[in-house]
Amino acid sequence: MVWFAVGQGGSLILDSYIWSVLRFTVLQAGLSTILSIALALPAAWVLAGYKFAGRDFLLAIFAVPQMMPAIVVVLALTGVFGRSGWLPNLFNLYSLSGIVLAHAFFNAPLCIRLFVGALQSVKLENNRLATQLGLSGFRKWQHVDWPAIRTVLPHISLLVFLYCAASFVVVLTFGGPSATTLEVAIYQSLRLDFDVARAISLAILQIILCLVLVTLIGRFYGVEEAGVELRKNPHETLSSTFTLQQFSAIILPLVLVIAPLVHLLWVGLPSINIRPILLQAVLTSGGIALFSALVSLLIAWPLAAIVARRAPHSGVYSAIVMLGLIIPPAVLATGWFILLRGSGGSYLQSAGLICVLNSLMALPLVFSILRSAMVQNLVGHDQLCDQLRLRGWLRFSRIDYPIMRFAIFQSALIACVLSMGDLTAVMLLGAQGLITMPSLIASEMGNYRSTTAQGTALLLASICISLAYLAQKFAVAQDSDQ
Amino acid sequence: MKRFFHTLCAATFLMTGPALAKDTLTIYTYESFVSEWGPGSKIKANFEKTCDCLVEYVAVTDGVAMLNRLKLEGQNSTADVVLGLDTNLTDEAVATNLFGKHGLDQAKASAVPGGWHDDYFLPFDYGYFAFIYDTTKVALPPKSLDELVNGDPSQKIILQDPRSSTPGLGFLLWMKQVYGDRASDAWRKLKPRILTTTPGWSEAYGLFTKGEAPMVFSYVTSPAYHIEVEKSEQYQAAKFSEGHYLQIEVAGAIAGSPELPLALKFLDFMLTPKFQDEIPTTNWMMPAGKTDVALPAAFGKLIVPDKTLLYSPSEVKKNRRKWIDEWLSVFSE
Repeated sequence: MVWFAVGQGGSLILDSYIWSVLRFTVLQAGLSTILSIALALPAAWVLAGYKFAGRDFLLAIFAVPQMMPAIVVVLALTGVFGRSGWLPNLFNLYSLSGIVLAHAFFNAPLCIRLFVGALQSVKLENNRLATQLGLSGFRKWQHVDWPAIRTVLPHISLLVFLYCAASFVVVLTFGGPSATTLEVAIYQSLRLDFDVARAISLAILQIILCLVLVTLIGRFYGVEEAGVELRKNPHETLSSTFTLQQFSAIILPLVLVIAPLVHLLWVGLPSINIRPILLQAVLTSGGIALFSALVSLLIAWPLAAIVARRAPHSGVYSAIVMLGLIIPPAVLATGWFILLRGSGGSYLQSAGLICVLNSLMALPLVFSILRSAMVQNLVGHDQLCDQLRLRGWLRFSRIDYPIMRFAIFQSALIACVLSMGDLTAVMLLGAQGLITMPSLIASEMGNYRSTTAQGTALLLASICISLAYLAQKFAVAQDSDQ
Repeated sequence: MKRFFHTLCAATFLMTGPALAKDTLTIYTYESFVSEWGPGSKIKANFEKTCDCLVEYVAVTDGVAMLNRLKLEGQNSTADVVLGLDTNLTDEAVATNLFGKHGLDQAKASAVPGGWHDDYFLPFDYGYFAFIYDTTKVALPPKSLDELVNGDPSQKIILQDPRSSTPGLGFLLWMKQVYGDRASDAWRKLKPRILTTTPGWSEAYGLFTKGEAPMVFSYVTSPAYHIEVEKSEQYQAAKFSEGHYLQIEVAGAIAGSPELPLALKFLDFMLTPKFQDEIPTTNWMMPAGKTDVALPAAFGKLIVPDKTLLYSPSEVKKNRRKWIDEWLSVFSE
């Protein structure tokens, strides 16, 4: 891509406009991250520690917002908080507060799931000890829960910040022209001006910004991340004294996330238009999601194994994995297009390429789940396996798979859900007749059928919630087997 | 597994077999042209009857994305025909040196306001931009762009971003046609009235039909959709006395294509009733050429602009960046 830009002979100059764009990018992504985390922490604390009706279902629902098409989220949020919505005048959606709110809708649920994972990975003994010592409430938080959160907080903040910095439709729709972020500027140079050189210089700026953040976070905390997955589900340690106090901790994220989804249900349910093309889209999306998850696992496994064993150059491998998040999607997509030009075309080729691109997008999350699970479970078996001469497939099927099963299913689920929601790769590499659910939604929106589109989006969300719920149930069942 | 692989190979052969026997015309177009409601499949079938060939569409998001794809692919492009650019893009398209002159009869595009004269491209439909208002909320719609600009700022409008959207660029050019050098002031006056500027038409129209604002920027033909499909006259276009900005959608042939004769045959076919009849109720635009079937009744209820506003492709290419920067500077204040 750089080669293409040099060939084009563009300029790499940054002007004062770009600096204001940079400021706004950091401002909106920073505020969005803070709000997402502030909403997620108390909710995660309650979900990880208390048992109440609908808890598992709630966790499954929280797997969904991240993958919902931005345009559907915009409509769902305006349906609740907009001028004509259920709760009008609560916020002015068409301003910075709208952007931050929408980003919290996308990311707070993700944070909740990741924090719950971290809290549940606090060893069972620690929890028992805390109970024996009579630690409760704030003291327990201080000595048991906070240390667990602290280890994952930098990593999760960074993830959320990167997702928000790369946001596009939400920023433009709620922010208007004055709310130009780096991502918007990159898109403009790439699409409208076709100034590849400028796009690359902006992308480099964004990458530098992200690298600075990564370094700063590493400096402050020491990058020792713990598990960022939904770990074993120790139902027996869950307290069933669910009171008003606990309820008040989850009410805000609940309203923010559930109300728009209920609105989607309200508008979408009567508008689901079942027809052959919808079924075709469901099957295509499902197939692409499954293959993407498989490819993602196949790439992430060896990388995670290397990093988990602290082999030389581990840092380089970790950075490579994060690259997919740091490089703006528009640039990544165009880069791939240049790389692959002339090779795309047929239905199967396109589907294959979409799977690869989707699996790369999911790689950072899949990688961190596998890696932390390996650190905790797998690496300790190395010596034993060496002694028993267990290697390759034999070792995987006898030792690694049984103990990693949970992490494998959780990461595959996340990859599936992300791929189900992908529009970037489909729009870029799609072939004739290749219709996924998000591309069908976009097509319906573009043809005056916005209520039909919300019906399709509801179906997409329901499929993802079911997948997440099944994965959780499966995981718990597996746990009680062992 | 092996058996599955063999079946897969056989299936692939069966699918690609006939394609090898006939000439294939590859048409780059925008997504909504080939969507389930678009004219694509009918037009493919109609043309295949006349040519003993196969039509294959490659769909891209929109016209701008199509042109960018051509620039990236250059001479390696598999496109034979490029269908769905508008006149704001044609000057840039010619500059890629990929397009060939069509040498066809331009008089067949007689329905296009102001006639048609272009050696490289032929139009297939056109449409005027307009503000669509909700009759349940707006009793007295503005009668001119100037009334809109100076109107009640509490009555909100939704616009599209000219950097990412074709209608968005259309409105920018409309403002420029009417206000010229005073466009900055007009933008400044209009600013408090704008609820939001969305990246694309879909978001804007979705928010509008949800009731977020009583007016949205769209096409004169938009009410025809609501009348024909939803049997509702709730949404109407406001007619402006300064005239309306025009969008003309065109197609051209790739000069270096081995299927050039077939591509030209398609361009010729494009302005016949077999193509034009499909346009009104699928693309929701006005046909550029002769039709056999009368326009649907809803089209008779649409406003007809008194005056056409249009910049030439070269003027747009020369000034677009400058005018967008002018717009952006007002909104960054």
